[in-house]
Amino acid sequence: MISILAFYLFATLTIASALAVVFARNPVHSVLWLIVAFFNAAGLMLLLGAEFIAMLVVIVYVGAVAVLFLFVVMMLDIDFASLRRGFTRNLPFGIIIALVLLAEVVIAVSAWKAGPTLSGREIPPAKIPNIVALGQLLYSRYLFAFELAGLILLVAMIGAIVLTHRSRGDTRTPKASRQLRRRPDEAVRLTQPQVGEGMKL
Amino acid sequence: MIGLAHYLTVAAVLFTIGVLGIFLNRRNVILMLMAIELILLSVNVNLVAFSAYLGDLTGQVLAMFVLTVAAAEAAIGLAILVIFFRRRGSIAVDDLNRMHG
Repeated sequence: MISILAFYLFATLTIASALAVVFARNPVHSVLWLIVAFFNAAGLMLLLGAEFIAMLVVIVYVGAVAVLFLFVVMMLDIDFASLRRGFTRNLPFGIIIALVLLAEVVIAVSAWKAGPTLSGREIPPAKIPNIVALGQLLYSRYLFAFELAGLILLVAMIGAIVLTHRSRGDTRTPKASRQLRRRPDEAVRLTQPQVGEGMKL
Repeated sequence: MIGLAHYLTVAAVLFTIGVLGIFLNRRNVILMLMAIELILLSVNVNLVAFSAYLGDLTGQVLAMFVLTVAAAEAAIGLAILVIFFRRRGSIAVDDLNRMHG
């Protein structure tokens, strides 16, 4: 019963927040609704028994992608004054959203025993945890594809850095060639001063 | 009882909203990228639902790869967006005709 309730809650909120992403006037609000949508989709995946993918959605989408969007939206030219004006007006709404998310977490915690809720054919109960099974599959049969996924991420990372990097003329940066050319015999001088005498620098 | 059809319906609605977002926000590249993220999320929901329905973990492995590609796509897309904004001072893609030659 509670799993059906949780499904409809997650599904409705996913769709509603996706609509809000599209129809929000402010891009910052869009990103925040996107985060709500990701959380609810993770809840749906949790109901299906895919715990690892659900956590991955929360970590990758909410933790990385949504934050990246937020950074870019705030970097670009957005009217922050109009953002600030509706702050007190939106405060109760934000509290309501936080309460809804909290209630969802509570419901999901109490509904985890309901597990896979799919009817139709009987799903054999998993003998090993989802993460263990996924890891066994990923590091044996799909090892090559897994390595390839890492390569894709590397290429994306290097590409993003190369695209956005710019050399600025007004900053002092260490010159690597000069530092590498420096030898110990010109940088270090060994002396043996007499007792009671200082040493000249 | 919740069946496979319910999950697929949710994913389909999500996909439709994503496509609608691309259509509605033609000028705003950030919102277009967000709509693409929604589309990929709906694909992931589909893959996980089928994986649970069939009792086969391959769908979840595939969902992980989709997640990887989505992250890479977001990073590259936003990097392009940043340099586009640096050059033009706006992110309106209507007048994006620099590559016409």
